[in-house]
Amino acid sequence: MIQLTVNGVQHALDIDPSTPLLYALRNDLQLHGAKFGCGLGQCGACTVIVDDRAVFSCLLPVSAIGNRAVRTVEGLGTIDHPGTLQKAFIEHQAAQCGYCIAGMIMRAQALLDRTPHPTEAQLREHMEPNLCRCGTHMRILAAIRQAAGLVDDSTVGSARPDTGASQ
Amino acid sequence: MSTQDNDMDEGRRRFMVSGSLFVAFSLLPEVNALAQEVIADEGAAVHVAKETEALAGSLKTNPLLDAWIKITPGGKVTVFTGKVELGTGVRTALLQIAAEELNMAPSLITFLTADTGLSPDEGLTAGSHTIADSGSALLNAAAQVRGLLVDAAAKRLGVDGALLNVRDAKITAPDGRAVTYGEAVQSVDLHRNATPTSPLKDPKTFKVIGTSMPRLDIPGKLTGGASYVQDMHMPNMVHARVVLPPAYDATLLDINEAEVLKIPGVVKIIRNGNLLAVVAKGEWQAVLAQRALSAGSRWSPGRALPDPNTVHRELKTIATQHIEIANTHAPTAPAVKTLSATYIKRYLMHGSIGPSCSVAQFENDELTVWTHSQGVYPLRDGLAEMLSMPKEKIRCIHVEGSGCYGHNGADDVAAHAALIAVTLPGRPIRVQWMRDQEHTWDHFTPAMITEVSASLDAQGHIVDWHYALWSSSHNERIVNAGRLMPATMLAKPFVSAPSVPMLQPEGGGDRNAIPLYSLPNVHIMNNFSPTMPLRTSAMRSLGAHTNVFAIESFMDELAFSAHTDPVEFRLKHLQDPRAQDVIRLAAKQFGWPRAPRQANHGVGFAFGKYKNLMAYVAIAVEISVERETGQVRLEHVVAAVDSGQIVNPDGIRNQIEGGILQSSSWTLYEELQYDTTQIRSFDWSSYPILRFSAVPSSVKVHLIDRPGSPFLGSAEASMGPTAGALANALFDATGKRLRQMPLGGDGLRRQIEV
Repeated sequence: MIQLTVNGVQHALDIDPSTPLLYALRNDLQLHGAKFGCGLGQCGACTVIVDDRAVFSCLLPVSAIGNRAVRTVEGLGTIDHPGTLQKAFIEHQAAQCGYCIAGMIMRAQALLDRTPHPTEAQLREHMEPNLCRCGTHMRILAAIRQAAGLVDDSTVGSARPDTGASQ
Repeated sequence: MSTQDNDMDEGRRRFMVSGSLFVAFSLLPEVNALAQEVIADEGAAVHVAKETEALAGSLKTNPLLDAWIKITPGGKVTVFTGKVELGTGVRTALLQIAAEELNMAPSLITFLTADTGLSPDEGLTAGSHTIADSGSALLNAAAQVRGLLVDAAAKRLGVDGALLNVRDAKITAPDGRAVTYGEAVQSVDLHRNATPTSPLKDPKTFKVIGTSMPRLDIPGKLTGGASYVQDMHMPNMVHARVVLPPAYDATLLDINEAEVLKIPGVVKIIRNGNLLAVVAKGEWQAVLAQRALSAGSRWSPGRALPDPNTVHRELKTIATQHIEIANTHAPTAPAVKTLSATYIKRYLMHGSIGPSCSVAQFENDELTVWTHSQGVYPLRDGLAEMLSMPKEKIRCIHVEGSGCYGHNGADDVAAHAALIAVTLPGRPIRVQWMRDQEHTWDHFTPAMITEVSASLDAQGHIVDWHYALWSSSHNERIVNAGRLMPATMLAKPFVSAPSVPMLQPEGGGDRNAIPLYSLPNVHIMNNFSPTMPLRTSAMRSLGAHTNVFAIESFMDELAFSAHTDPVEFRLKHLQDPRAQDVIRLAAKQFGWPRAPRQANHGVGFAFGKYKNLMAYVAIAVEISVERETGQVRLEHVVAAVDSGQIVNPDGIRNQIEGGILQSSSWTLYEELQYDTTQIRSFDWSSYPILRFSAVPSSVKVHLIDRPGSPFLGSAEASMGPTAGALANALFDATGKRLRQMPLGGDGLRRQIEV
């Protein structure tokens, strides 16, 4: 039996100890936030927080987690009561296909937990392992800046009801 | 309009039907033609009946009003589109359009996307066509349905229809009496063809169209909702993984079946010719079994791949179809200077973050396939042929996947799921490709080479323009079973339909090969290769990325040679006022012309009207270059966009921003690695893409709204202009003309060192 504490809830799972955390989350616990992207720790779509660190759940065997607490995007808030970062991502409409976004949010959460007001350089360096193919980076950064209370002037901004005619 | 367009035969201009597309140009003044008259797709020919050719958008192919809008006597309103959500936000934008003309709050409408069991057949969701085709259809269908319901209510209430107020599915008379849509529909038959004219609202009164309504799909995606086909769970579902050959046309010789069957959880191995798959109860078990099966299977060598160093030269030999797409002549002043250049684009991949996935179930002789395909109907038809099943027995339902940006593995993995499902009746099968499979079995976007030469007169006007491009197919969509990769691997293999070029005005490899600029003498050749050295197909903007890159770089060279500011030079060669507007707006917002810059910084400008039919985009960029490494960073971007009537401003911005970043990644960094035996880009380290450290400091997208004019597709419109602006900024920063993509990295460093 593998004991896992995910989002504050303890689970006992009868699974192969070599199973990467990602598969346990998605298939045994029906938590869909973390995604399979590469299985190689190269893209970050599977990012969750273990203890206080962002990890690639596609690489981490469940047997290696021990007592450490696992947090997934489901633990930050719900569709009706989104957490701070989730709310910022919604306000910035910081998703296109959105497949990478749960991983982005969890990596950002790990940063803000430790460093609530990161510098721009810290922010970018921290987010470097996670890939987005749609090119949503501007909004992802803007949403994290908002959650961190940083100034953002990177885009025209979704809040402004731009109807053009600005000639 | 370019000279080429003006020279087009009027009959051709009105309706052009080619092997792969149908296009009609608006002949009406734009204010009277809110509906966009373009219906076109990659993929199979679109046939439009004579009696429906005057209808708006996809009503041409699906004229019945109740194919789009169903209203129950109880008042439930369901709106259908045959398009799919690919992550661009079209589900929300299309709902806005329907809600606007139905005069209903969007939240009161049930909105469904492509499903061969329910929705109209709108072919593929591709080519930035969704809002133009499906949006125009919904705008008009919704207005006509509202009109019919109001007429019915007027009769019932004995009141002039013009006096009735319509709001949220309730039609109210001045005296307060009211009829609901549900009541009114009981005396209206919506199973009727749409009419060419619609009681459209005055765009000035729009309340939903033109607003940045938040996307419907985003909250679920951010909170762990089951949003993607990858997230589907069904009772009794089993997991499959496939083993793909190490090279094209490799033959499966031997497998370690007995060994793999002993792996815990393994249910079945499927071997049919060169098709190889394993099914297991658990997903991780399926992955372990796939690894074992992959390691224990032996294959013959496949066919040789081209040498990446000579592939562009060879393209000129294998491109055997020579299509003249423009040849116009007019008297000019004598040429005093002629420039020429050659541009290179290498193979690129789609690179979806989530590998392709599908779920299929075969039960009672019926097959259901849940798929992130861009075209559920073409897929269904291909599957029916592959499985020798009647089309009616197959239902393909779209469920979102990871962003695809074109023809990736979505259809192929659905064929895998279908082939596996029919061997295990009753069990839902979920198949997902592994990362190396998504990388190496992609339908890559073709390598291209283009050559241009042009002359200037003494006043700095372009007097002639010669352009030629060489490319293999950008359009290997599912027009027969043989276009599904797994079908080609069966013991009785299917053969792909021959590659055919897409024709102008949309074009394939030659998309945007005809400059929008006013050029008196133009000759343009599309040289098409019906053979594919590597498997290729459609990727966001097709040839437009390369053609606009070449045209816009060359315009910059010509401007430099004419001692004219490049923005001024473009304006001088453009007659289309909307093109001039976006150029002026981008230049103004960027602060063009810029004062002298720091060392190793450069600014560049480019423009394009996507396909010469869709959105206008002008882009100015500032970049920085690290001379020692050739690393290029896009620092600041200003874009100006005219998409016609704007449906969702933030949606357009999101697409343009994303396009700019994605195109900068293609243009600066990306290059498929391969040698004569294998594709060598099998993961993200062997195919690096843009990461956060290289993301710009700012990308500002300014929109010009054109209320009442046709919707113009935008999602792919920034790819080409971004590439052109980057090349021009690199010249500004380094004094070197970079003409081979990727522009950054080692190639640039070597050029700088020269």
